[in-house]
Amino acid sequence: MKTDKTPRSSLPRPPAGAVALLVATRKGAFILRSDKAREAWRIVGPMFFGHVVHHMVLDSRQSAKGVRTLLAATSTGHLGPTISRSFDLGKTWSEAKSPPAFAKVAEGLKGRAVGHTFWLTPGHASEPGTWYAGTSPQGLFRSEDDGESWASVTGFNDNPMYASWTGGEQDGTPDGPKMHSIIVDPRDPRHLYVAMSSGGVFESRDRGASWKPINAGVLADFRPDKYPEFGQDAHCVRLHPLAPDVLYQQNHCGIYRLERPGVKWQRIGENMPRKIGDIGFPIVLHPRDPATLWVFPMDGGTVWPRTSPDGKPAAYVSRNSGGTWRRQDSGLPKRHGWFTVKRQAMSVDAHDPVGVYFGTTGGEIWASPDEGEEWLCIARHLPEIYAVEAVELAR
Amino acid sequence: MKILIPTLLRSYTDERSVVEGHGATLAEVFTELDARYPGIRFRIIDEQDVIRRHIRIWVNKHEVRTLKIPVAASDEVMIFQALSGG
Repeated sequence: MKTDKTPRSSLPRPPAGAVALLVATRKGAFILRSDKAREAWRIVGPMFFGHVVHHMVLDSRQSAKGVRTLLAATSTGHLGPTISRSFDLGKTWSEAKSPPAFAKVAEGLKGRAVGHTFWLTPGHASEPGTWYAGTSPQGLFRSEDDGESWASVTGFNDNPMYASWTGGEQDGTPDGPKMHSIIVDPRDPRHLYVAMSSGGVFESRDRGASWKPINAGVLADFRPDKYPEFGQDAHCVRLHPLAPDVLYQQNHCGIYRLERPGVKWQRIGENMPRKIGDIGFPIVLHPRDPATLWVFPMDGGTVWPRTSPDGKPAAYVSRNSGGTWRRQDSGLPKRHGWFTVKRQAMSVDAHDPVGVYFGTTGGEIWASPDEGEEWLCIARHLPEIYAVEAVELAR
Repeated sequence: MKILIPTLLRSYTDERSVVEGHGATLAEVFTELDARYPGIRFRIIDEQDVIRRHIRIWVNKHEVRTLKIPVAASDEVMIFQALSGG
């Protein structure tokens, strides 16, 4: 298998400053800030106390004034969804003027309504102020004013194939069908990928005007046709920023790798230990080495408990593009650790060695400053964790 | 008319529990309310003009499930969070 090694001389210099973890939970948002050594962590929050925070993302781009926009996708048990914006890393927030919403349909027809925004992705580096949002039910929205107003990407949302691509309500997660893993090719702002639970992975080469499914080789064992053109349940898809032809996917039915311009995914999860399997939610990539990735397996047998297999939580790392995998559980509970780590709840920083982080549905945050070799619990007793995003506060 | 605002929406109304409403229909009332308190309408009513599942609206002593009803200046509009979830 190809190893995707990037020459070290061409790599960006790793940052060495403090790291922040942007933590979205079922009952609010928190920011964990580290010291430079990534040893001491301080919790700030809760923000949006009592609100469901699905995703909180800091812009990877910086304005001329040095400001990075922070967006949070929120809803509550009673109220409709919205997007909030902060320009001071969460100290103050303002609400979007027009959050993602589907077009109103004609009188007498049943229209779609956004239940919540599930995923946020900053746009291309050449398009400051542009963001993408994925919603439940599946919808793609774009903002060109830093999250203040959102427009429907009609090439997807109003596509004549939309209903076929996305399936029905029963084809989603227990919390509703979702669009996620919105990826902008770092070489071309017109080239987009999205993934859906369910629906599978789709690609656009014209900024979202038209779309093609890209799911060959991906199993859908919950259908009579096991390898359909679309309808798979993609859990999380990542593209490597330094090798943008390399995509990895954690799916409901295994772990996959795709190298473009190829169109057929290879099931690299077949190389996982048989008793662990290759089911899970998150997948994260090493920021400099496209051959290194981490997953956090879960029990997808019987009634789908979605917890660590046998109550023994562990990350698995591959350093050769999924050819082989190694268990990383030092510091994690040896038994009775019934973790669930959701698809947005695992993240990496950009240090050397890379810090790897995950949050659990039981409200714990675990950190490894040495690429998964040793784990330390850095926060307990938070609400159910939906998302963890690691960001660099300074170089 | 008077509009009673539940606690979970008072961040939009400067913490006021009662605000004045204007309009000949409930739809007009919420459009005008949103002009004064931007964002409040979408939290209560979705993009298809449907009252959200866990929100209840009463006009005087009658619960309403549509915005297409006439209202008068003497009416009282009450917004409640539904008793959902136990």
